[in-house]
Amino acid sequence: MRQSEEDREKLGAPPANESYLTDGTTVMSWLNTRDHKRVGVMFLVAVVFFLFVGGVFALAIRAKLLYPGPFLFDALTYNRLFTLHGVTMIFLFMIPAIPSAFGNFVLPLMIGARDVAFPRLNLASFYVYLAGAVLAVWAMVHGGADTGWTFYTPYSTTTPTALFPLLLGIFVIGFSSIMTGINFIVSVHTLRAPGIGWMRLPLFVWGIYATSIIQVLATPVLGLTVLLVALERVLHFGIFDPARGGDPVLFQHFFWFYSHPAVYIMVLPGMAVISECVATFSRKNPFGYRAIAFSSLGIAFVGFFTWGHHLFVAGQSVFDNGVFGVLSMFVGIFTAVKVFNWVGTMYRGAISFKTPFAYVCGFLFFLVFGGMTGVAVATVALDVHWHDTYFVVAHFHFIMVGATIMAFLAGLHYWFPKMFGRTYHEGWGLVAASLIILGFNATFIPQFLLGNNGMPRRYYQYPEHFQALNVASTAGATLLGFGFLIIFIYLVIALRWGQRCEQNPWRSKGFEWLTPSPPPTHNFDQIPRITQDPHDYRTHAPSGVYSDV
Amino acid sequence: MNETLRRFLFLPDQASTFALEVDHLHYFVILTTFVMSTAVGLTAIFFFIRYRRRSETQTTPHIEPALMLEATFVIVPLAFFLLWWVIGYRISIQLATPPADAMDVYVQGKKWMWKFAYPGGPNSVNVLRVPSGHPVRLLMTSRDVIHSFYVPEFRVKQDVIPGRYSQIWFNATAPGRYQILCAEYCGAGHSIMRGEVIVLKPEEYEDWVSAQHRGLATKQDGPPTALDFAPPLGNLVDQGRRLATEQGCVKCHSIDGSQHIGPTWLDLYGRHEKLDDGRIVTVDEGYITESMMDPFAKIVDGFKPVMPSFANKLAGPEVAAIVEYIKSLQSDAVRTGPSEGPAYAPVRGR
Repeated sequence: MRQSEEDREKLGAPPANESYLTDGTTVMSWLNTRDHKRVGVMFLVAVVFFLFVGGVFALAIRAKLLYPGPFLFDALTYNRLFTLHGVTMIFLFMIPAIPSAFGNFVLPLMIGARDVAFPRLNLASFYVYLAGAVLAVWAMVHGGADTGWTFYTPYSTTTPTALFPLLLGIFVIGFSSIMTGINFIVSVHTLRAPGIGWMRLPLFVWGIYATSIIQVLATPVLGLTVLLVALERVLHFGIFDPARGGDPVLFQHFFWFYSHPAVYIMVLPGMAVISECVATFSRKNPFGYRAIAFSSLGIAFVGFFTWGHHLFVAGQSVFDNGVFGVLSMFVGIFTAVKVFNWVGTMYRGAISFKTPFAYVCGFLFFLVFGGMTGVAVATVALDVHWHDTYFVVAHFHFIMVGATIMAFLAGLHYWFPKMFGRTYHEGWGLVAASLIILGFNATFIPQFLLGNNGMPRRYYQYPEHFQALNVASTAGATLLGFGFLIIFIYLVIALRWGQRCEQNPWRSKGFEWLTPSPPPTHNFDQIPRITQDPHDYRTHAPSGVYSDV
Repeated sequence: MNETLRRFLFLPDQASTFALEVDHLHYFVILTTFVMSTAVGLTAIFFFIRYRRRSETQTTPHIEPALMLEATFVIVPLAFFLLWWVIGYRISIQLATPPADAMDVYVQGKKWMWKFAYPGGPNSVNVLRVPSGHPVRLLMTSRDVIHSFYVPEFRVKQDVIPGRYSQIWFNATAPGRYQILCAEYCGAGHSIMRGEVIVLKPEEYEDWVSAQHRGLATKQDGPPTALDFAPPLGNLVDQGRRLATEQGCVKCHSIDGSQHIGPTWLDLYGRHEKLDDGRIVTVDEGYITESMMDPFAKIVDGFKPVMPSFANKLAGPEVAAIVEYIKSLQSDAVRTGPSEGPAYAPVRGR
C-alpha cells in the first residue's frame, strides 16, 4: 500500500531473494526497520524476556507456598510477587505474544502482502509497548504494587505501594495493542492478494482478525478504568470510594468489561495458531472451515457480554447473575465447535507427530478441561463455592498457560524454520514438550483440588491441611520450569548452529510457505495469485501462482 | 457414593443444608467434564494411530462436515450447559433468599478481623456462634476495603463491601467448628483474616446467650462448654480489646482521647487523676482493677458515678486482659494494631 519513497525504490529493484535477516545487520537497521518481520522478531524477543521474568515470579510464589507459615519472604513481598506475576504475564507477555510476534510475522505473508497496511504505525506499536514495559519495570524496581493484577478498589486507591507508574505503564501498553489491532484489521481488508476471498482466508488470519476487533473495542475501556483509579488516588475523585459517594463495585464492572474480552485477546490467537498446526500436521483441509472461522467472530462478540460472571458474589442482583451465567455458556459453545472441528480435521488425514503437534495435543486437552471448568464456574451456585479460590486460579491457568502457551510453543516450533531458515533438534523438542505437558498437569490439577478443598487465592499463609497439595503443585512447577529451560537452550543453539532448511520443511500448504524461508525483505518479488483454499492437500500443486502485479 | 466422590474431589465436609445439593451438581458437572475431555483425547489418539502419515508425499481427500454434524456439535454441549445452568441458577436463587424466620447477625469486616453483633445480644470478634438447624442471616458490611466471607463447609461466600450491606444465609446442620476465610484479597493480613463459626446445639446456644447476658463469671466453675475451647485470640492486649467491646466498656470510655461518659482510656495508665474529693491518684494496675470491681470507691472529678460493677462478671484473666489493653493505649506508643478505616453509615434493606 502506501510505502514511502525509499520503500518504493527498493520495490522497483528487489534484491534477488535476499533474506530479511541479512538485509542490513546494524543495530540501527533493526531499531529503525519498517519490516513487519523484523518488528515481529523484536516483539518475540521482548515477550520471551517477559515470559522469563513472569516465570521467575511464579517459581518464587510456588517456593513460598511449600510451607503454610511465613517462609522465604514476608507477606508484603509475596503480595507484590503475585501482582507482578499477573501484570507481567498478562500485559507484557500474553496479550502481545501471539498477535504482535507471530501475527506480525506471518499475517502479511498469509494474505500475500509485502507488509502490513501501516508499517510505521507497526514500529511505533513496538516502541509504545517498550515505553509501557519500561514504566512497569520501573514500578517493579521501586517496590511494585500489591493489589493483584485486578486492582480492585478501594484497596488499590488506598495502598501506599508504587501503583501509579504501573497503571500508567498498562495505560501506555494499551495503545500498542490498539495500534496493532487497527493495523491488522486494515491489512486484512485492503492487502489481500488476488484470489484470497474472505472464505479463503487462512484460519490464523480469521483468529487474529477477531482478536484485533476486541483489541480495538475493549482496550480503551481498560485505559479509562486505570486512568480513573490513578485520578482517584491522586485527586480523590470519589468515583469508586464509598466514603465520597462512589461505588467500589463499579470498578469491577469497568475492569471486567475489558478484562473478560481480554481473555479472548489471549486465547483466540492461540486457537488461530492451532487451526494452522492441526491442518499442516494432519495434512488435511480444515474440517468445518466456516464453523472455525465464524466461531472466532462469535467468541469475540459474545465475549463482550459475559463480564458479570466475575461478580456473582460481589452483590450483583440474582437476575444479572442468571443472565451473565447463561451468556457465558455461549462462549463455551463456540469453543466446543472449534474443538470438535479440530479433531474432525484429523479424520482421514495423514498425521505426523512432530513437536508442534505434541503441543496441539496438549492444547486440545487443556482447552477442553479448562473450558469446561470455565462453564462450570459460570454455573452460578457452583461459583459461590469456587469463586476466588484456587479452583479459579487453576481454571484460568489451564486456559492461559495450558491453551495459550501450548499454542505459543506450537507456533514457535512451527514457524521457527520460516522465521530463521533453520531447524531445531526434534528429539529435544519432543522431550521438552512431554516435560511441559506433564509438569503443567502436575502444577495445576492439585490447584483444582485445593480450590475444591476451599483454599482462597492470594494467600501468603494457609491452614496446614492444604500443604500436601501445595507441595505437589510446586513440584509440578519445577518440572514446567525445566521444560522451558530446555526449549530455550535448544532454540538458541538452533539459531546459531541449526541445520539450514528448505523453503517448506513441513510440506505445508499454508500460504505463508509460498515465500522462501527466511523470506526476503519485501516477501514477494511478485504477488502470488492464490488458486486453492488454504490447506488443500488433494494435490501437491502449490496453492498459488506468481503473476505480474 | 457421595462420600467417595467428595473425598476423591477433596471437597470439605457438608455442614449446611446447601452443601449436599451444591455437591451433587458439582459431581454431575465435573464427571461430564472428565468424560468429555477423555473422549476428545481418546478420539484424537485413535485418529493418530488410524491415520498416521504413511509417506511424505501422501495426499488426503477434501472433507467438509455435513450441516447435521455441525448442528450436533452445537446442540449436544448446549443441552448440557443449559441443564447445568438451570440447576445451578435454581440453587443460587435459594442461596440469595433467606427465610423469613432467619436469625440476624450483623457482621463487620475490617483489616483483618471479623466482628459479629447479635441484635439485643452480645458482640464477638472472629468467633460466630450459631445454633444448628436454624437459618441464620448475616448482614455484612466492611469498614475499609472489600473482604469476602467464606465458609467452605457451608458452600457459601459473599463479598463484604464498604458503603453497602450485603447478605448471606445458611442453615448449619452439624454442630462443630468451621473456619471462616477471607476470600477477597485485602492486603498484608488477607491470609490470616480468619475466624470461626461454632455451631452449637440449640440448647447449648441458648445457654451461651443467657450466659452472655448474666456475665461469664457464674459459669466459671461449671462443666466445660464449647466456649472454653474457643481459641485464645492473640495476646492479652488483643483479648482485652475484644472484651472491652463485648462488655460494653468502650460505650462510655473512649480510646481516642475524646471525653465521654467516663474518662478516656487513652494515656490513662500512669496519669495523675484528680478525684472529686480533691485527692490525686496515680492510675496503676491496682486503681484500674479497683475501679472495675468497685466503681464508686474513687470517682474522678467531673464524672458522674454511673458505672456498674464488674465484680463477678469478669474472670481473673479477663480483668488482666482489659488492664493490659488500657496500658497499651498510649498516644506516644507506636501503633501496632491495624489502622481504622473510614466509618460508613449502614444502609438497611432487604
